[in-house]
Amino acid sequence: MEWLELKPEGLFCAPGAFYIDPLQPVAHAVITHGHSDHARPGHDLVTATPETLAIMRLRMGEDRAGQSQQALGYGDVISIGEVRLWLAPAGHVLGSAQVVMEYRGQRAVVSGDYKRALDPTCEPFEVVPCDLFVTEATFGLPVFRLPDPAHEIAKLLHDVCLFPERTHVVGCYALGKCQRLIALLRDGGYHEPLWLHGALLPMCNLYESFGIPLGDLRSATAAEKGEMRGGIVLAPPSAIADRWARRLPDPVVCLASGWMHVRQRAKAHGVELPVVISDHADWDALLETCQATGAKEIWVTHGREDALIYALGKMQIRGRALRLLGYEEEDEQAEQGASA
Amino acid sequence: MIEFATLLERLAFTPSRNMKLALLKEYFSMAPDPDRGYALAAMAGSLSFAAAKPAMLRALAMERIDPELFTWSYDYVGDLAETVALIWRRETPDQDTPAAPGLAEVVHTLERLPKTDVPDVVREWLDACDASSRYALLKLITGSLRVGASARLAKTALAELASVAADDIEEVWHGLEAPYGPLFAWIEGKGPKPDAKDAPVFRPPMLAQPLENVDLTAFNPGEWRAEWKWDGIRVQLVSTPQGERVYTRTAEDIGKAFPDVLATMQDLGSRVVLDGELLVVQGGIVAPFAELQQRLNRKSPTASMLRDMPAGIRLYDILFEDGEDLRSLPFDIRRQRLESWFSRLNPPRMALSELIAFQNFDDLAKLRENARSEGIEGLMLKKADSPYVPGRPRGPWWKWKREPLTVDAIVMYAQRGHGKRSSFYSDYTFGLWRTVDGERELVPIGKAYSGFTDEELKFLDKWVRDHTTKRFGPVREVAHGLVLEIAFDAAQYSKRHKSGVALRFPRVARIRRDKPVEDADTLEAFIRAFL
Repeated sequence: MEWLELKPEGLFCAPGAFYIDPLQPVAHAVITHGHSDHARPGHDLVTATPETLAIMRLRMGEDRAGQSQQALGYGDVISIGEVRLWLAPAGHVLGSAQVVMEYRGQRAVVSGDYKRALDPTCEPFEVVPCDLFVTEATFGLPVFRLPDPAHEIAKLLHDVCLFPERTHVVGCYALGKCQRLIALLRDGGYHEPLWLHGALLPMCNLYESFGIPLGDLRSATAAEKGEMRGGIVLAPPSAIADRWARRLPDPVVCLASGWMHVRQRAKAHGVELPVVISDHADWDALLETCQATGAKEIWVTHGREDALIYALGKMQIRGRALRLLGYEEEDEQAEQGASA
Repeated sequence: MIEFATLLERLAFTPSRNMKLALLKEYFSMAPDPDRGYALAAMAGSLSFAAAKPAMLRALAMERIDPELFTWSYDYVGDLAETVALIWRRETPDQDTPAAPGLAEVVHTLERLPKTDVPDVVREWLDACDASSRYALLKLITGSLRVGASARLAKTALAELASVAADDIEEVWHGLEAPYGPLFAWIEGKGPKPDAKDAPVFRPPMLAQPLENVDLTAFNPGEWRAEWKWDGIRVQLVSTPQGERVYTRTAEDIGKAFPDVLATMQDLGSRVVLDGELLVVQGGIVAPFAELQQRLNRKSPTASMLRDMPAGIRLYDILFEDGEDLRSLPFDIRRQRLESWFSRLNPPRMALSELIAFQNFDDLAKLRENARSEGIEGLMLKKADSPYVPGRPRGPWWKWKREPLTVDAIVMYAQRGHGKRSSFYSDYTFGLWRTVDGERELVPIGKAYSGFTDEELKFLDKWVRDHTTKRFGPVREVAHGLVLEIAFDAAQYSKRHKSGVALRFPRVARIRRDKPVEDADTLEAFIRAFL
């Protein structure tokens, strides 16, 4: 597909003269979602869902989230030059979108990050048939068949019951994972107050302003030590085993991440209770989704693309690795800057 | 299998002893018989299988997954059983899942299954299990199951469930076999206490308290007996009609590593339970602990080890003789029984622990300080009328260690601790000066992670954070700016460190903020003083 090309700034749609999730400041950026490796500051014009724009304003300030902003609801079609463009839900975090582009009878979909698993805090992923599908491959290995999130929540809640004198502190990213975890805990029947690290509260407030109820949330930083005993505390991954956590009574260190699926990764993080919950598509979801789009060609932006492209090849689908540097693994660094 | 797998997973990630205990108690009270019995056997290390080889696991996985994808995955995960467990996918995922096998079912099936049938059965089991149970199953059948809880901890959990002392469990333990039906019946009040009869069971030992903050002038020297405290490992030698055993003081059976001791016991044929110190004794001389360590490191010794590092026993006490329980008798009487047993049998490899004559405790203190020979850690004080009481009662027995040796070393690296200390840099690698080609450099000689107060830990943690120069994963290299006075029990030559020396039981005695790093000790001076 010649009208989408890879430039140093990022993926470029030539006939519309815009970039998707560019890595450097550009004249026109279409942003899939608010994570800091996809939504970067300093663009002139930013097109994104209203939720993503709100997230960008919260994280980088009004002045750096695009000189002008164009809010686009899911399914609203606009024309940019000869390109017809609309956004479809990606199921990754609040406001996350796939960018659908049509040009001279061809349709390309850039999915950004996405998942197919249950998430009460955002619109579910929508399969958009297309000729070219651009996918991530964070969990692009067949060992990543992630468990049902409800099972993981039940495991966490069981542990909370088993050790009522300790405090469970769960490491989670400020945008998306945190709110999903809260919503899943509420769905799992946990209605106690949740104690939050200061870096997590503003994003939760934003979610609530978009009509996603998260229940009784309180500041862990302002709380008395004794109040949190037996409770659940949420904090950024960088804080759970560091000095911040000393304010917690006898903490059980937990981390909510898809990487927790592999023991060595969990061990390396010094985690006592791995909670395998991911906001990325697992191996089965990647393959199913690529197939469901009917695309003849799949581009892989980042992650473990070798295995995915190999497996697609076995299904007679042509894959190409873009190796977009700068899109990070779901790891601490990705979130620290924006949420500190 | 699911409960067992969940327990395994949780134990593997939990450093805290209390948490492990709580998890074990929950498991033992919830899991059915005989599954829990086999889980207990797994913790005791007595559940070992080699029903499946890695090649079989790989072949099974290949039936379900492309070899290229498998190789990539294995490269990433790094563990064969885990890779297969995670990658496995049921052939017909839509059908109802068959029930996962129980632990006992797996054990019983494998015991009688012809080898050729193993792959078919394992395939069925894998289909029935979730990823975490698959992992436990594959580790179990390949004989590589590791449980993050010791036998002792499992027994402590059982004892807490039964509201008895862990030592009561020990007393019957070695007469029992998996799946331990009578044991569970007893702790749940549904059966009598199992009778060890003539089995060579472990008898919980009597331990001494350290002599600290104790006023010796209040003691009447005539009521006390003194012995050297030998630097080996405390052992219990058991000989009964059903066999001989060598136990450590934590009830670990180490007979296989010390066939020389076992053979001596067999030859004697005397039915006794003896308490003593296991040492390496060469021509009547006690060898440094490092030599014993080499023997302890091996499951079974080589012929040359048996020749060059022969085991010897210093006898402290006698607990049973010909079925008679001597433990309630006073120390002096037991000592007489021990001496008469010893002179009657004149057992090879064994020597009586010498009773040290003394008039007063000042004399004894001098003896203690001058005893710098290999193999002596200090003195033991035992009350003449003390019965042999399991555990560590305060009063009847004291260990009076020599003053520790000390060296002023410089902090070089720091690492975070575990559990409660996971947010603190609490493990410190320290080193001494060495001069090479006219240049002064630091070489590490050891690592310490105890000895400091909470306040000192806070200071050290902050100091490390403020003086970090480099990071290697979890390890921080720090500027050479802080001297620690390190206390240790002994020094020895070692190939493990670049410096060629190693310390026994190093701990932080003091933080020497007052001392310039240039004035810390040198390796040359250290070797002159202690080696």
